[in-house]
Amino acid sequence: MIPAPPVALGALLPALIVFGTGVLVLLLDLVPPRTKDHLGGVALAGIVIALLGSISLWNHETRAFRDMVLLDNYALFFHVVICYAAALAVLLSIDYLRRNGVESGEYYALLLFSTAGMMLLASAGDLLIVFLGIELMSLSLYVLAGLFKMRLASGEASMKYFLLGAFATGFLLYGIALIYGATGSTNFDRIAAAAAARPRDTLVTIGLGLLLVGFGFKISSVPFHMWAPDVYEGAPTSVTALIATGSKAAAFAALIRVLTVALRAAQPDWSVLLWAVAAVTMTAGNVIAIAQSNLKRMLAYSSIAHVGYMLVGLVAGGVPGAGAVLFYLLAYTFTTAGAFGAILLVERSDGEAVEVGDYAGLARRHPVLAATLGLFLLSLVGIPPLAGFVGKFYLFGSAVRAGYLWLTVIGVLNSAIAAYYYLRVIVYMYMREPEGVEVRLVPSFAGGVALAIALVGIVLLGVMPAPFADLAQVAVAPLLR
Amino acid sequence: MSTVWLIPAFPLAGALVNMVFGRVIGRSAHWIAVPALVASFLGSCVVFARVWSGQAFTTTLFTWIVAADFETTVVALVDPLTGVMLLVVTGVGMLIHVYSIGYMHDDPGYARFFAYLNLFVFSMTMLVLAGNFLLLYVFWEAVGLCSYLLIGFWYTRDSAAQAGKKAFIVNRVGDFGFGLAIMWIWIAFGTLDYVAVFKGAETLAPATATGIALLLFMGACGKSAQVPLHVWLPDAMEGPTPVSALIHAATMVTAGVYMVARSHALFERSTVALDVVLWVGVITAVFAATIGLVQTDIKRVLAYSTVSQLGYMFAALGLGAYTAGIFHLVTHAFFKALLFLGAGSVIHGLHGEQDLRKMGALAPRMRVTAMTMTIGALGLVGFPGLAGFFSKDEILAAAFFGSRAAWALLLAGAFMTAFYTFRLIFLAFFTGPRMSKDVAHHAHESPRVMTWPLIALAALTVVAGAAVGIPSEHGTPFARFLSPVLPVHEGEHGGAAGVMLLVLSVIVVAAGILLAWFMYMAAPVKAETIGQPRTVLVRLLLNAWYVDWLYDRAIVRPLYALSVFLARVFDLGVIDGLVNGLGRAVVWWSAGLRRLQTGYVVNYALTMLAGAVIFVAYFLAR
Repeated sequence: MIPAPPVALGALLPALIVFGTGVLVLLLDLVPPRTKDHLGGVALAGIVIALLGSISLWNHETRAFRDMVLLDNYALFFHVVICYAAALAVLLSIDYLRRNGVESGEYYALLLFSTAGMMLLASAGDLLIVFLGIELMSLSLYVLAGLFKMRLASGEASMKYFLLGAFATGFLLYGIALIYGATGSTNFDRIAAAAAARPRDTLVTIGLGLLLVGFGFKISSVPFHMWAPDVYEGAPTSVTALIATGSKAAAFAALIRVLTVALRAAQPDWSVLLWAVAAVTMTAGNVIAIAQSNLKRMLAYSSIAHVGYMLVGLVAGGVPGAGAVLFYLLAYTFTTAGAFGAILLVERSDGEAVEVGDYAGLARRHPVLAATLGLFLLSLVGIPPLAGFVGKFYLFGSAVRAGYLWLTVIGVLNSAIAAYYYLRVIVYMYMREPEGVEVRLVPSFAGGVALAIALVGIVLLGVMPAPFADLAQVAVAPLLR
Repeated sequence: MSTVWLIPAFPLAGALVNMVFGRVIGRSAHWIAVPALVASFLGSCVVFARVWSGQAFTTTLFTWIVAADFETTVVALVDPLTGVMLLVVTGVGMLIHVYSIGYMHDDPGYARFFAYLNLFVFSMTMLVLAGNFLLLYVFWEAVGLCSYLLIGFWYTRDSAAQAGKKAFIVNRVGDFGFGLAIMWIWIAFGTLDYVAVFKGAETLAPATATGIALLLFMGACGKSAQVPLHVWLPDAMEGPTPVSALIHAATMVTAGVYMVARSHALFERSTVALDVVLWVGVITAVFAATIGLVQTDIKRVLAYSTVSQLGYMFAALGLGAYTAGIFHLVTHAFFKALLFLGAGSVIHGLHGEQDLRKMGALAPRMRVTAMTMTIGALGLVGFPGLAGFFSKDEILAAAFFGSRAAWALLLAGAFMTAFYTFRLIFLAFFTGPRMSKDVAHHAHESPRVMTWPLIALAALTVVAGAAVGIPSEHGTPFARFLSPVLPVHEGEHGGAAGVMLLVLSVIVVAAGILLAWFMYMAAPVKAETIGQPRTVLVRLLLNAWYVDWLYDRAIVRPLYALSVFLARVFDLGVIDGLVNGLGRAVVWWSAGLRRLQTGYVVNYALTMLAGAVIFVAYFLAR
């Protein structure tokens, strides 16, 4: 008989705070007042408490449920990234939902459940927890993507995301099953021990391949990326921001842990495959982004390309490579959430302003917003002294030192291609006359706060990167011992 | 003491506020900018009190860049030299900020002006606080940027825009050397930290030291307008006059002097480098003074005078008399800022007139300006008891015991300084009026907010020299204060020779003033006769020895022709063809790949399945 594992909820504390806030929001939704303004505030408070809690737990490692849940520095680093992503999404949502007439308690509840799932994923020490976290995160996101019921594209996005997500989860589960069959465990450490004892086990390698398919879907790497543009475009923009940042960070958290802890023995195998995936992902993402005129779709392809860059760090491996990925995720979260946030605040009379033409001459009428969006785009290009530059510098630096010169060359060439479509938006904002429909800036205090936080983030990370890069390296170092 | 960071933080905050909210703040911009400077100045006083006892400390703000074995921190080195520089930058800066309230009163870019001015003070204080060469370089460029922005402040005027560009480009030449020097320091020492580098310099190979020092000096030549990179400073007078006073006289242009003094440990290792510094300084001092003799624009006279005085400072550094150089830097900041602000007051009173030929007889109309400017002029020429007397004669004494040829040239320079300075004073304030009746009628004294800074600077000019510049057996009090940082010059003997030198220089200065009096005061002068090229020599001087012309013919035009050739033939034909072809190929691919995105879930799922098959097949094949 299997003895029941000791219950130690402390290791789940930050995730539980977020989850509990979600339940609280659902309850508050049932009682008066009928306006939903305060629910966003409650959700934000829960996230901020979880964020502060995570920061205060730094260097206090806890393991629970027989090492199924690990609250180490690595998990805490991701908790912070995820909480920032969720907090920005909530801030962006508050006025956005009212504007679109879909204020509802379940929106914030689902957002919080999804966030809790992401945090669980980051602290997973067992493939089953990975599965649990992915499902908790994804199921909530499927619903959130379709929340704008009056818009056909939103429903389509939700449907596609759900169908393909379920398909991908099938691969993931099958991979977990094969690895369990080969090693007799789903725990990372025990898988590592078993895999090291029997190198080149066919079942393990097939299982690894199928796991990579599942993760590839969640991080949207080629060829499992095709859902991303349709979902990013159709989903409410605040949800898109969360899918593009939080869910990606969480999936990366689990992926790095699985690859570097559980399947480290197979590193020669997976690093070659990921080399190719990284090269194809960044190239495809950037090249296709050029042809996009819809900003949300463009940012979707751009986010695919950024996944390619981050895979470079994973291929490079070691503390520098993995640390660079963590730093990049932090930088990328601020930058991408900020870019989506800026787009969300611009509106046409007949709906959202998402075509690049809508942004022509924006700098003249809304100089502050145009400058802010411009800075986010420059950070995405990787122009110093913004966060994106430093992030790329660390990523490619680690690749060069690990000897992956060609991959670095491909990455740098890709950065050059990417400049084209990011700068095109800036050219429209600053050097074109306004055309066609008048766009206006939606007044939103919460949205302004979100943009200000993201802006401070990218400037701070760009000007004084060393302390944060140091934290990232401290977080990954124990994994690679 | 991490509070030193407040000194640059206040002006930075002021600059940001005025930049972002400038449109709203408008005419009230000085309520942000001036208090920021006052706070910064008070902070500098506190820091100065800390270093008064001669102690030095470093304080690290954060680790800035870590890349492999390269690590740089944002660190401040605070020692007596830093303390002196901070006081000059924030003190003179504060007075000039106040003055600007009056001078820029009617300008539509009022908030923008104060934002830039604050940004400059932020950059300049960071420059002198910097504790390593990389940080120094960053803010070296930042003050250059502010200089560019402020020279071209009236950017709709073509000459201003051109002058801004010229300043930037000429400085690039010097900065190229500075950048190389920093890389070389990194190679030679493995660090860019001041303390470690200067400690390591003691055992540095002389050839390496010469190379590094000369490249550093190249950067100093650009920033401090030394021959042959002096050409940008006179043109920089296109900027508003407070800018000329703050950036192009008192502070930024002295950054080169500060940098060389700061790195004296590197220069000491190489006699060649010190000789180069000395002779570039001497040549510049004399060369610029000759041009100043004939200029007719009031600000250009002062600009050439600044170039010349910077030459004196470098001459002092080249002689190893570092404290004398820094002392002259300080006193020069006072009286040259005063002269520029006085000139600004004259220009303001005459509604924009800068031509000495159209001035005259302003003394009764602008009493405060005339009096303070005369004090400034006496300070500059070295009238006994005033600031310039102590600082300049210290340099002359060092030259006398170091190199007689340099001394003779510098003495000739002092003669010319006396002449052109009093030529300016006489022509502007005392000779008969040469402006139109209308202008003369409207000529007025400037408002209090502009004259008070003049009075404060005049007071400093009077007391600064006597307060800290009187030499004793162990050097001046100023030198003793700086002695933990800068070695006290050994050649400064007093005695009979010293007294004789003093008397001689006073005679020379008096002769210069008298000559100016005879030429412009003894008999009434006509406007047409001033600055007319009657002889070849005057024509040569009026055209500043044709240096600009020479650069244009020898460098600018051939380079331009080459780049036109490259642009037309090589770039359009070869590179553009390649790039456009590549661009078209990428766009074509993009359009093609885009078609794969059909929107059908089935297709997406099939693609995923294909991916999964490839993944598994790969792992099976391994």
